[in-house]
Order: sequence, then C-alpha cells, then structure tokens
Amino acid sequence: MATIELTNVHAEVADGGEEILHGVDLEVSSGEIHALMGPNGSGKSTTSKVIAGHPAYEVTEGEILLHLEADDFDGVDEIPEDARTWNLLELEPNERAALGVFLAFQYPAEIEGVTMTNFLRTALNAKIEERDELLFGEDEDEADEESGYETSPMEGPADEGEVGVAEFQQLLSEKMELLDMDEKFAQRYLNAGFSGGEKKQNEVLQAAILEPTIAVLDEIDSGLDIDRLQDVADGINALRDEQGTGVLQITHYQRILDYVEPDTVHIMLDGEIVMEGDAELAAELEDKGYDWVREQVYNAA
Amino acid sequence: MSSEENLQDTDTEARFEFKKEEQSAFTSGKGLTEETIRLISEDKDEPEWMLERRLRALKQYQKMPMPTDWPGQPDLSELDVEEIVPYIRPDVDQRSGAESWDDLPEDIQDTFEKLGIPEAERKALSGVGAQYESEVVYQNMQERWEEKGVIFCNMDEAVQEHEDLVKEHFMTKCVPPSDNKFAALHGAVWSGGSFVYVPEDVTVEMPVQAYFRMNSEGMGQFEHTLIIAEPGSEVHYIEGCSAPKYGTHNLHSGGVEVFVKEDAHVQYSTVQNWSKNTFNLNTKRAIVEANGTMEWVSGSMGSKATMLYPCSILKGRGATDNHITIAFAGEGQDIDTGAKVYHNAPDTKSTIESKSISKDGGRTNYRGLVHIADGAEDSSTSVECDALMFDNESTSDTMPYMEIEESKVDVAHEATVGKIGDEDVFYLQSRGLDDDDAKQMIVAGFIEPITEELPIEYAVELNRLIELEMEGSLG
Repeated sequence: MATIELTNVHAEVADGGEEILHGVDLEVSSGEIHALMGPNGSGKSTTSKVIAGHPAYEVTEGEILLHLEADDFDGVDEIPEDARTWNLLELEPNERAALGVFLAFQYPAEIEGVTMTNFLRTALNAKIEERDELLFGEDEDEADEESGYETSPMEGPADEGEVGVAEFQQLLSEKMELLDMDEKFAQRYLNAGFSGGEKKQNEVLQAAILEPTIAVLDEIDSGLDIDRLQDVADGINALRDEQGTGVLQITHYQRILDYVEPDTVHIMLDGEIVMEGDAELAAELEDKGYDWVREQVYNAA
Repeated sequence: MSSEENLQDTDTEARFEFKKEEQSAFTSGKGLTEETIRLISEDKDEPEWMLERRLRALKQYQKMPMPTDWPGQPDLSELDVEEIVPYIRPDVDQRSGAESWDDLPEDIQDTFEKLGIPEAERKALSGVGAQYESEVVYQNMQERWEEKGVIFCNMDEAVQEHEDLVKEHFMTKCVPPSDNKFAALHGAVWSGGSFVYVPEDVTVEMPVQAYFRMNSEGMGQFEHTLIIAEPGSEVHYIEGCSAPKYGTHNLHSGGVEVFVKEDAHVQYSTVQNWSKNTFNLNTKRAIVEANGTMEWVSGSMGSKATMLYPCSILKGRGATDNHITIAFAGEGQDIDTGAKVYHNAPDTKSTIESKSISKDGGRTNYRGLVHIADGAEDSSTSVECDALMFDNESTSDTMPYMEIEESKVDVAHEATVGKIGDEDVFYLQSRGLDDDDAKQMIVAGFIEPITEELPIEYAVELNRLIELEMEGSLG
C-alpha cells in the first residue's frame, strides 16, 4: 500500500511571488478515494501542481512524502527497504511520475504531431526505466538498442524499451474499450483538436495505462456531458478497484461524487484544509455552500 | 589517362596540395583561375561546349558582386572562395564509379556504413548514387528501370553518355549562371551530382536516392543535379548530405534543375546536415509545365550559414507546386531558407509550409516570394510559416514577400512564432519523460509534417539528427 503524505505544505509562486498554500495537511493511500473541494482560488489546483512538481511553484515549508510498501509495483518483486520512502520535493516531475504519482490536468497540453500511441508508449517505457533506476540504482539490464521498424518511425524502434509496440497496442485497445473511446484516438495527435470532454477522457486513459499508485485528478469532471461523466467515473473507479490506485479528486461539484463515491472529503479555503468528513460532507456542502463553511470555520476560530 | 600521369603531364605538382591521407587522385590548387577551370574540364575529358560554359560562368562569377544588401541576410564576409579547393576526386579506379559495394575503398565504405547507406541498399531501395567528396563513386540501379529507359547516373557520366539531353538542359533555361553569383561559381566549377531522366508515362515506384558527403579540409562541393521528367512520368528523388567538422570554412554551392513536363510529377526531397563551418549556398529550381506537379521537401540542418530558396516556375496551366521546408539553427548558425514560386499561368496552385527551430542563440529566417503574374487567373497560393524557439537568445524572422499582379486569385498566409511551451514540457514530464525527452518529443511533433513525407530511413535519420543537435553532441 502506498501513501502520499503532505505535511504543513506552504507554497508560493516561484521567484518570490505570493504565498498560495499556507500549511496543507493531507494523506491519501492506495485504494482510497478522496475529494478535495473548495471555491475558486482556494489553492486546490496549486496543491495538485505542487504534488506533481510544477516549476512555477515553490514549496517554502513542509514536506511531501511518498511511502511505498515492498510489493507496490507490478513487475517489481520487492522494493528495497531503503527505497520505500521518498521526499517528492527532491525529485524531478518525471521521477515523481516514475514512482507512480499521476496528475490529470485541468487543461491538458495539446502536442501537435505526436500520436497518442507514440506518446503513451514512450511515456510508459520512460516511466518503467526511470523507476527501476530510482529503486535499484544503475540500469539493471540495458534495453536492447537494436533498431528495426515494424510500423512507423514515429512510433520508435519496435523493440525499444520494456513494452514493445505489439504488446502496447493491445494494452491500449483494452483500456480504450474500457473507457468507451473510439479506436482512432490512438492515431490522433495528443490532445490536438480534442474537445474538452475528449481531453478529460484522455487523461483518465493515460492514468489507466500508466497505472499510478496515487492519481491526482484536477477537475476531471469540468466540461463533461452526462454520458462522458459516466465513462470517466467508470475509469476512475476501475483505477481504484483494479489497480488499487489512491485517488485525490479535485472538484467543484457534488455531481461526479454521485458516481465516484469518496471515502473522505476535504474542504479547502484560502490555502488550507479547513474541514474533513465522509461523503455526507459533500452533500451538505452542496446544500449549504461555501459561505456555510466560512461561517463554521471562522466563527469557531 | 591515369591521374598520376595527369599530375606529371601538367607539371603542377607544387601547386597541388596532394594529401596522401585523403588518398585523392587529383586535387586542383587553391584559388580560382581560368587555368583551374581548364584543368577540371580536361581531367573530366569534357566536350568543348562544357568547357566553354564553365569559362563563361567563371567570367560572370568574376563580374558579379557578392550579395550583401538583402535585408537580414546571413553574414558571408568570412567566406573566401579563393581559399576553397574546388575539386577533389576520390582514389577509385573507374571514373564512372564503382559498380558494386565491395569495389569501394574501405574507409569510404566505413563512412557510408555509419550513415546507413548499405542498410538502405539492403532494403532494396531502388538505386543509390552516393557522392563521396566530389564524385559519385557508387551507384546501382535496378535493371527494370533501364528497360523502361530510366536513366540515373553520375552527372559527369551524363555529360559523356547523354550529351544531347545535358547540352539542352544544363544551366540553360532553368538555372543560367547569370542567376546569382553562386550559381555562376557553380557553373564554373561544378562536379559530380546526379542525372535523372524519366521517359514519357513511366512511373518510378521507389525513390531514387543519392547521399552526399564532403570530407576534406577546405573543400568545396559543387554537385549538379539535373532531373528531366517527360510528360506523364513520375519520380521521387532523394538526396541526403552530411559533413563532419573541419577547421577552415567550407563552401557548398550545389545546383539543382528540374524539368517537370506536362502531367509529370516530381518530388525532390533532401535532408542536409552540413558541418558547422559550411556556407551552404544553393540554387534549386524547377520549371513546371501544364498540369505538372513539383514537390520540394527539404530539411536543412547544420552549416554556418545556409541560403536556400527552392523555386518553382509554374509555366503551364494547372501546374502545382508544394514546398515543405524545415530548418534547425543552433549556436552560431544562421539558416536563411524559404521558397519561391512564380505563377505564370492560369489555374496554378502553390502551397508552402515552412517550419523552423532555433536554439542556443541560433537564427532562422523564412524568406519567401510568391509572384502571381498578370493573367494567371484562378491561381491560388497558401503560405504557412511556423517557428519554434527554445530560448530567448534565439531568433526567428519571417519575410514572406508577395507580388500579386492578378486580381482573380486566392491568397492565404499564416505565420506563427512561439517559444517551446513550459506547460507542454511539464505535461510530458508529469507522464514520465525527462526534460530533454519531453522537448525532443515536442520538436519531433513540430516537424512531423515533414518527416511523414520522407521514406522511413530518412525520417528516422532526420529525427536522429535533431535529437543529436538538441543534445548538443554534434560538432
């Protein structure tokens, strides 16, 4: 079981900007679904970016730790004992990804000219390679560098990396079917010209392929119609149920929580988590609004 | 006459810097004089008319001033043509080139081995004419082409074997030496290159390939490519270039002439990677007759400065031109490329797509001219230039000139200039790619419209070259 643990995280806009997070405490473990709710500007997105290592934010205080257990990675028999706790703040974004931290973006980037297939297979292999390097030091066995192209050169040498072209194609089709995505997505350029809903679906697809230990989903429900919301919710539930991913779901609305029931709801206000509860809290919030939260918090204080 | 004898006969040994390590059979002296030109022509055993054309071109070259007044043109002040040895012939027995791979000297084989040429050959690509230093030393062509009357040979050989065709088309109507100073220089000292002739209604299914490399200090390369596509024919010619780095300045001044007859279709693709001290100044032009199609695909890498503007003259009604160009400029490089199209007939169409990448203070410039003549009714042109910059030190300019004399035309122009996006890089990093791989992926995607036009080996090589450029591991 993996756990991500944020302790008293303070963060500001890099290069001496304004402080946005004023001491966030949060813990998410494998197999759990957490909802992080709060009004605009309360620091939810910043929290997600700080976890993933966005260079635009600087953590000035506190820590973010990732705790792993021996058997947290499929394909890795036993994670060495000295490689089970990681200070994420010392790692590059791709190293965090290698250890299974995944961020679904609110506004995913559009990358022209790079097919989904090429991107995802490259990312998956880079992730596996980097993970093994972090866990075991040197590359255990150097990937077979011999070239040879079965398909398009844009998809890279067929036998480069842990996951080959054919194996990957199968994995991709399975996951796409699960999310009810059209097969031709695989040959489209990454997010280029995707509708808002397609982009969100694609974020969940990527999570399904990369099998994260902890997935942070930043407003995955915004811009989704009801059918797609159902598909996306199925995808999130599958992450948890089939892969044991711990999910931190950032949202404004109760709506998606009807499909993806959270174990814990956190409410954020002005850069801090001010309230915690179970799924009931989200329902109560829907009824009473953030002013109610403010009243509760500031009157109590 | 063997080259040893040639040296003795001309009694000019002292003037020649005969370098054993380069195993060259013949090296003309530094500097450019009428005598040098006569030597080159004599060594090639050329007909009198070719010598006359060379000498006429030399006079024009000497008369014409260096171009210095183009707005924003690359600095050519360090280029000293007199210092560049214009002609080196590798030491192979047969003047017409080795017949098979095994006949090539070992070091030349090594060079091509590294460049993947035999690989391409093994994959049964239709023919490989590879220019090592100044001359084509290796060529192969499938027999069935010969049966169809397709000619693909060394340009020097063509002068001997296909004299009438060459005499009619060589630097006459398409690229006369008077076109520009470097075209004139080229006309005087040209050597090697390819000659491609495709008879009427013949389609060459597989690309015709030539690979060029210049490999001697202070050596210029002036290869000439002449492609004649008779009515209804179709051919794709591919040329790749790469050169290692040397201490003195190199000049590459190639010439390409393409004749696209009625209903013919020619694609000319080139991936160039000149060493970082090369001045790459070329003249490439096509004349396209009615309903013919000319496609220029070029990837310009390397060089100190490149000036290259492939030109299509759309002469016949319904002629079409497509340009796809990509340029990469790193530290200290000035890559000035673009396209020229003359719409001289009605219903003509041109599409220009230009992509450029600049990094570490490099400069790219798109310089283009689209001319639509009075009377070229219902013609259309579309120009799209996209520039990607890696940092604030690098620059990218766009100079898309349009001269439209006809009112009944459709003209579209679009230009984008952008820095590589931090958010894009972070997005890819968050999926597991490291910083360098993320940037490489973005660049590979940016140039994808070009690479998808190329055969697989060239697309891979282009991507690999760009990866190496980005790692800074190319000298």
